[in-house]
Amino acid sequence: MNAGPVLPGRDDDPDRLYTITKGRSRAPENAFDLVTLIVAERQPTPGMQSEHVRILRMCEAPTAVVEVAAELALPVSVVKILLGDLLESGAVTARHPRFAPNKARLPDLDTLKQVLHGLQRL
Amino acid sequence: MASNGSDVRPAAARTPLRATADNALKIVVVGGFGVGKTTLVGSVSEIRPLNTEEVMTRAGEGIDPAGSWGKRSTTVAFDFGRITLSERQVLYLFGAPGQERFWFLWDRLFSGALGAVVLVDTRRLEDSWYAIDRLEHHGTPFIVARNNFGDPTHTLEQVREALDLPDSVPLVDCDARDRESGKRVLIDLIHHLTDLAEAELAAAAPSMYEESTA
Ligand SMILES: Nc1nc2c(ncn2[C@@H]2O[C@H](COP(=O)(O)OP(=O)(O)OP(=O)(O)O)[C@@H](O)[C@H]2O)c(=O)[nH]1
Ligand SMILES: [Mg+2]
Repeated sequence: MNAGPVLPGRDDDPDRLYTITKGRSRAPENAFDLVTLIVAERQPTPGMQSEHVRILRMCEAPTAVVEVAAELALPVSVVKILLGDLLESGAVTARHPRFAPNKARLPDLDTLKQVLHGLQRL
Repeated sequence: MASNGSDVRPAAARTPLRATADNALKIVVVGGFGVGKTTLVGSVSEIRPLNTEEVMTRAGEGIDPAGSWGKRSTTVAFDFGRITLSERQVLYLFGAPGQERFWFLWDRLFSGALGAVVLVDTRRLEDSWYAIDRLEHHGTPFIVARNNFGDPTHTLEQVREALDLPDSVPLVDCDARDRESGKRVLIDLIHHLTDLAEAELAAAAPSMYEESTA
């Protein structure tokens, strides 16, 4: 399989990713959507892994998983592992998308109406 | 591209969401190289489009069973923007490459998405065939938007024919650089989703009636 466009300056050196994740390559199954909003519940503590510290600072306001990944310049899958640690220890909470249909299911009319109003107000 | 190295930008450079935000929705913009995905996302987004990447293996079973990053995995970049819809709702727009080899990324992006916009360039329509096919199979509702690079030679009817697009799928014109035009495309998608959802309700109603009287 071909690789997609890899951007310059990005942290995707395999050894470094291995270190950041402490060798784990798998996030808790389906724990986070790309747009799950993460909220910090605690201040960083001394000795915390630097990526965890950055996440907690960033998530003082709700922040989507993809935004955390973009901000840290780390692959989404790596960020999900780091977020899993923080979720497990209660340092963050997760606001999951409430619209999560199965395949081939349509959004409900209420949601659509709200989105439409939001877009029209732009 | 929006990448700017591995350092975190100062917090002030980011626009945080409202503290009340608790429900994020997704729309995917998919299309061939250079068709204007990033431009469209950027023209309607309240933040500068950000770029991130996903690492995946073929089967999608974790990144690598051996636990070593990078050996058998593939990296694919995609960008996104966002629109605050209300106190609680925020809409994320994802721009994703349309080539066949990125299918594994789409399945992630599409799941849970409200719907998709296929952005096409009439000079390279063939770039969008695979994406349309994939969306149909995945059952993700979509519309097609022709990003008009000033091509006067093709009518939308001709584009529809060339794409072999059924009448039930809306096909619209847009200028991805223009905020109002981009907004219009999103609104057209929501109208289409509303039509589909209403039709589904109407279709479901008689069968529910049959069940309850059987
Ligand atoms: N004339 C014209 N140029 C456009 C339009 N939309 C985008 N462009 C230009 O086309 C080029 C490609 O646009 P992008 O938004 O980067 O396209 P993309 O689909 O994100 O490209 P990749 O991510 O590289 O696949 C840029 O130079 C844009 O400024 C349009 O509607 N009209
Ligand atoms: Mg792009």
